[in-house]
Amino acid sequence: MRKLALIAVLIATITPQISRAVTPDEILKDPALEMRARDLSRELRCMVCQNQSIDDSEAPLAKDLRVLVRERLTQGDSDRQVLDYLVARYGEFVLLKPPFELHTLLLWAVSPAVLLIGIITLFVVARRRRAVIPPPPPLSAAEQQKLSSLVEP
Amino acid sequence: MIPELGHYALVLALALGLIQSIVPLIGALSRDAALMRLGTSTAVMQFAFVSAAFAALTVCYVTSDFSVVNVFENSHSMMPLIYKFTSVWGNHEGSMLLWVLILALFGAMVALFGNNLPETLKANVLAVQSWIACAFYLFILLTSNPFLRLAQAPVEGRDLNPILQDIGLAIHPPLLYLGYVGFSIAFSFAIAALIEGRIDAAWARWVRPWTLAAWMCLTVGIAMGSYWAYYELGWGGFWFWDPVENASLMPWLAGTALLHSAVVMEKRNALKIWTLLLAILAFSLSLIGTFLVRSGVLTSVHTFASDPARGVFILAILVFFIGGGLTLFAWRAPMLKQGGLFAPVSREGALVFNNLFLTTACLTVFVGTLYPLALEAFTNEKISVGAPFFNLTFAPLFIPLLFAMPFGPLLAWKRGDVLGVAQRLMAAFAAGLVAIMVTFVVMGMSSALAPLGIGLALYVMTGALVDLAERTNLFRAPLSTVRMRAAGLPRSTWGTAVAHFGIAVTLFGIVCQTWASERIVALKPTQVVTLADYDLTFDGMTQHSGPNFRELAAKFTVRSGGVVIGTMEPSKRSFASRNSSTTEAALLTRGVSQLYLSLGDTNEDGSIAIRLYHKPMVLLIWLGSLVMMFGGGLSLSDRRLRIGAPKPATKSSSLQPAE
Repeated sequence: MRKLALIAVLIATITPQISRAVTPDEILKDPALEMRARDLSRELRCMVCQNQSIDDSEAPLAKDLRVLVRERLTQGDSDRQVLDYLVARYGEFVLLKPPFELHTLLLWAVSPAVLLIGIITLFVVARRRRAVIPPPPPLSAAEQQKLSSLVEP
Repeated sequence: MIPELGHYALVLALALGLIQSIVPLIGALSRDAALMRLGTSTAVMQFAFVSAAFAALTVCYVTSDFSVVNVFENSHSMMPLIYKFTSVWGNHEGSMLLWVLILALFGAMVALFGNNLPETLKANVLAVQSWIACAFYLFILLTSNPFLRLAQAPVEGRDLNPILQDIGLAIHPPLLYLGYVGFSIAFSFAIAALIEGRIDAAWARWVRPWTLAAWMCLTVGIAMGSYWAYYELGWGGFWFWDPVENASLMPWLAGTALLHSAVVMEKRNALKIWTLLLAILAFSLSLIGTFLVRSGVLTSVHTFASDPARGVFILAILVFFIGGGLTLFAWRAPMLKQGGLFAPVSREGALVFNNLFLTTACLTVFVGTLYPLALEAFTNEKISVGAPFFNLTFAPLFIPLLFAMPFGPLLAWKRGDVLGVAQRLMAAFAAGLVAIMVTFVVMGMSSALAPLGIGLALYVMTGALVDLAERTNLFRAPLSTVRMRAAGLPRSTWGTAVAHFGIAVTLFGIVCQTWASERIVALKPTQVVTLADYDLTFDGMTQHSGPNFRELAAKFTVRSGGVVIGTMEPSKRSFASRNSSTTEAALLTRGVSQLYLSLGDTNEDGSIAIRLYHKPMVLLIWLGSLVMMFGGGLSLSDRRLRIGAPKPATKSSSLQPAE
């Protein structure tokens, strides 16, 4: 049975899907609103595809989401409200840029932290190196005398 | 018979590999020259046997021997000959065979051209190479054998996935693998150095050409993959931050860092431990890249877990080489002598800066690619990390890097003078500022960031030219002196300037995509669509049939200012054998800009949906990578790399055969 389901999924993904990303009938009359819709679409994941935004995807689900985004926008939702609405419906998985929260802390913080640590380490190393090579000690009285005897024959 | 011969050749290669994994190592330990030299002949023979195995599989493909499972699943008798060749590596098993073929090729090249290496180092390097080779031979033979037969040969094959039937994708994997596998040489040298517990500037000189060659192939390989995605996937994007792309970008970033730190090691005998670590990391990331693409872990953590044979094997390889490499590093590296002090503001300092930002950029890609997988595996929570995340986190790391780039080559070794260099870079600053202003005036205020990007690109380009001008005394000395100085400059200096220029060219192309425009409309025959000075008339639809597909094409005449400048014929192909279709976009190149046209649905009223894009300067993105590769080539042809390190004049105490 599981094999059958797998085959069904395979066929569904392999058979030609005729529609291709944004189609002319989806486009809103108001260019400003359409622009917002496009920008939002690029932030939203087509959940049945591998790493495609709904703006790029040709899957029927992506089309439904694009239409949904445009419906919300024409009803006067702000960008934030549209995103919240979709997250409430489909979960955080729909966002291509995960929000900064506890479970994404590492995702957002690792590389800035490493950069910072790297910079601090370099500073420390540079300072320690300067400390490692101390300026030469001043000449002792005997050395001074020897030097002057050499310089003034 | 032929597949069996191929299979047998691969088993023989494994046997040789096992010998080469152990014997030269014992030779190096006991200073036995005969045992050490054994590695040279086994490496060459391994290459011969793997080539035989690869040739056998190729013959199966070309003759459409469908009794071989691999051929049956990925080929079709009607497929054009060129794709019969390329489909050898258009599937998992064959691509792994290509991987080991390239690995064996590099191993043989070290064996044949490594005559100026100290004997123990060469023996150890070949042994480590052979460990990697054995791991992959075993992987192929035990989990991914391309030579398995079917009891009853089918009459016809299942055909290659149509989107892979394309010349761009056909040469993309070999280039990528040349890059990945090239870093294995740097890895083997690093491990060999750690085993010997000795490393010096000459080590960097031996490793550099291999790293450079690998880097060049990887650069073009990535660019080729990007261009393929651009014209084949049908919506004109050139980089998607897809995990598969990230898998190849990570070794590139680490390899670029390695190239730069190896310079410091070679010239100043500093950053040795760091360079070793980068050599290990660059190859580790290549392995991870292979793992990500090959194990199916990306499609879903769960499919990976339900059919784990291959994945677990690759994971074991990863743990062994990465874990082992890093453990050896942690154990032995502190014993290596550090050398070469330098002030923070110096050429070395600039290269450290470069390394810091490149490795952080690499880490950002790494975390972004693997975090969702890890989160899902541990907590079952699903998140997506896509282009918006990477654009936000990756780009800010490249801006300081690019800004510092022209400074690097102009700073003196040991102790540099930042203000002096800034003064010499006046022309570059001026070029950048003028470019920003001109862009604002011409393109308007629609995007605030893009003009800054253009400015940065022009600044880096001019900076690379300033470097050359300074070194040749251009505008200050008479032309004959300049010419003489230019001829006397080391090729690697030219290489640096050209490669740095190349990355700015790519940046310029990427930034220009801010001004790309698009039209999505439904058209009926004879209707006209207009975009950015171009008028396209839809002439009508035609049908063609290709060797293994049927094609529905739409013909458009393109006019600019009323003058016909060309025709475009985007099409949709349907492949009966796999019951699938592809969209073939039409491209019209004007200078380095392109018009991009792809087809959508046909509607009931006879109209057809089209997506038309104008992509200004888009070709620069990939031309820049070719410039980078050319720079790498110049550097590779530098005299000191051609000649290599001088051979220490110690007399070998090896056994001499009787005359």
